[in-house]
Amino acid sequence: MKKHSHTLAILVMNNPGVMARIAGLYSRRGYNISSLAVGETEDPRISRITLVVEAEDENELEQITKQLYKLIDVIKLSDITKDDAVERELALIKVHCNSTNRSEILQIVDIFRAKIVDVSQEGVIIEATGDSDKIQAILDLLRPFGIREIARTGKVALVRSAAGR
Amino acid sequence: MKITGAQAVVESLRREGVEVIFGYPGGAVIPIYDAMYQAGFRHILTRHEQAAAHAAHGYARSTGKVGVCIATSGPGATNLVTGLATAYMDSVPIVAFTGQVATGLLGRDSFQEADITGITMPITKHNYLVKRVTDLPAIIKEAFYIAGTGRPGPVLIDIPKDVSTNLVDFYYPEQVNLPGYRPVYEGNARQIKAAAALIQEAKKPVIYAGGGVIISGAEEELLRLAETIQAPVATTLMALDAFPGDHPLSLRMLGMHGTAYANFAVTEADLIIAVGARFDDRVTGKVDTFAPNAKILQIDIDPAEIGKNVRADLPIVGDVKRVLAELVPLLPRQEHEAWLEQIAEWKRKYPLTYDQQEDLIAPQMVVETLSELTRGEAIICTEVGQNQMWAAQFYCFKKPRSFITSGGLGTMGFGFPAAVGVQIANPDRLVVDIAGDGSLQMNIQELATVATYKLPVKIILLNNCYLGMVRQWQEIFCEKRYAATELQNPDFCKLAEAYGIKALSVEKPEEIRPKLEEALNYDGPVLVDCRINPEENVMPMVPPNAAIYDMLGVEK
Ligand SMILES: Cc1ncc(C[n+]2csc(CCOP(=O)(O)OP(=O)(O)O)c2C)c(N)n1
Ligand SMILES: [Mg+2]
Repeated sequence: MKKHSHTLAILVMNNPGVMARIAGLYSRRGYNISSLAVGETEDPRISRITLVVEAEDENELEQITKQLYKLIDVIKLSDITKDDAVERELALIKVHCNSTNRSEILQIVDIFRAKIVDVSQEGVIIEATGDSDKIQAILDLLRPFGIREIARTGKVALVRSAAGR
Repeated sequence: MKITGAQAVVESLRREGVEVIFGYPGGAVIPIYDAMYQAGFRHILTRHEQAAAHAAHGYARSTGKVGVCIATSGPGATNLVTGLATAYMDSVPIVAFTGQVATGLLGRDSFQEADITGITMPITKHNYLVKRVTDLPAIIKEAFYIAGTGRPGPVLIDIPKDVSTNLVDFYYPEQVNLPGYRPVYEGNARQIKAAAALIQEAKKPVIYAGGGVIISGAEEELLRLAETIQAPVATTLMALDAFPGDHPLSLRMLGMHGTAYANFAVTEADLIIAVGARFDDRVTGKVDTFAPNAKILQIDIDPAEIGKNVRADLPIVGDVKRVLAELVPLLPRQEHEAWLEQIAEWKRKYPLTYDQQEDLIAPQMVVETLSELTRGEAIICTEVGQNQMWAAQFYCFKKPRSFITSGGLGTMGFGFPAAVGVQIANPDRLVVDIAGDGSLQMNIQELATVATYKLPVKIILLNNCYLGMVRQWQEIFCEKRYAATELQNPDFCKLAEAYGIKALSVEKPEEIRPKLEEALNYDGPVLVDCRINPEENVMPMVPPNAAIYDMLGVEK
């Protein structure tokens, strides 16, 4: 069956084990996480988790959110998939690079407003930020040059405040 | 004044009104045991930590209070695991304390270190590893609050040894601060109104009552609902004691070993009123054949139970007792004559029965006689397997909190230690463990506990020299290949006597009544070894993943 991606914004108490509780829930109940990013909020006792999950249907998504909500450490949870949100991901991409293709790569980096953050004999490390589509697009374009390694942060997101709309 | 962490534990227990703790000592909890000893705190020494957890479970379920147990680090803590999982599955409030290696030794595979918070994460409602003694009182406060409120469950507190010995300025908070935990008790008024309308439209309603009724103490509201709308009541295993078994509207238990009339009624119903029940697969059978013609009204305190296994047409999240108390006054008296006549006919045609062979003891008769002799007023604990199902089918429960059985996890070895906890909590009640020979041997060491504390628990052993329920499946589904289910048993009577416990054996059907009478009248623990028909089966039976109206043992 086709799965749909949903972005969940979760505020949790910054207690030890909270990530294990969330990850455990997913493996135990057979849910799929495609990306997870976590960091402290303005209040150090509270962390924000941005979770991208795959769900077959509304029912499965509902179960996922309710089971998350049941965790004592979960304070607030919202499905922001359909909200007007700013979404970003950062990727570090190590690409093969030599004198013949260097300018082509630089052009791609330019178009995507990415940055070269390291240069060596064998290649470069590119830092790209953007929403998931943009990261996907730059990866697709770089792939023919030979991607050696990728590190991605996973998606983080904030809903725009009403005043800004 | 400064006191030690261990003393703070004892003082916190006092503040929570805890009267007794079940447990087993070891190195990491010596400070806590010392503090309990000095404070004269009541402790019951079981002979295995699993038994301590089950005893706390029995205590909690028979009283509605939070049960408390304690074990040492490492093997002591891991021995609690089955007990915690059992309590978790049946939503039983327990606070379990475990000792842990000192904070400086954590994470180094130290002697008797086990990551018990990691291990119990999926089988506790919440758990804590206490890193600083200053956090201890607030954590204990939270643990009791979480265990006992909302949908109850076990909470574990892991206390490193140095946290027990460090000093703290004791202050017990009045309130908890848990922004992520806010159980909903009041049902939504609009939903309740809609429910009332739905109920009035129904021609063939069935109430499907689960353990939530017992937990919220809603048995009177349930009775009022049933009588007002004249709807029959089928209960889960967990709620057999939530509705009087001899009430004309009782359908007794539904599901895999339920009554034929309960399963037929659910199948024909046009409305299922699910009250504190979670649509377990043992209840629903093949889920898409469950109540095919019915709308489903589901009342539950746990939002995650709504629509988890079966779609709910009208959900109400809230405490069952409060929701029913709001709902019933909105309902006019109804009559469902044709429907109730249909049910009466099913009851006449397909009663719960059994064969009474001449020389063989029918286990059902043992339970029936017990039910009669105790007028349904004993507190019945059970083990797991056929014994449990016969207890469910043939004991006629009259009062709430009188059936203590492992429903969700189906834990063999549960009943006897649970009976220990039940008897401690209810010294003046008659407490019976309906046991199987396999299960009893899983916690047989508790004979010593019963003897030590002179607990007058009656063990009615339905001894078939088999892991009977598994044998039954092998008979039906494996052409009688009895792989590893035949038991070579000890002489249970001699074994009981070795512990100083009175024992009786029942070898002929005519001995059932007099021996049971003798046991029940005896002032002290007794084991009654009933040598039952070894190949007796539990019927009716819904084969796994079949529809519940397709029962073996029911001639349509
Ligand atoms: C701890 C545990 N292990 C295994 C099982 C699987 N099991 C379910 S019923 C049963 C047989 C129980 O035998 P006994 O206690 O003699 O009861 P009977 O069915 O014979 O009445 C077994 C092995 C279980 N439920 N719990
Ligand atoms: Mg047996």
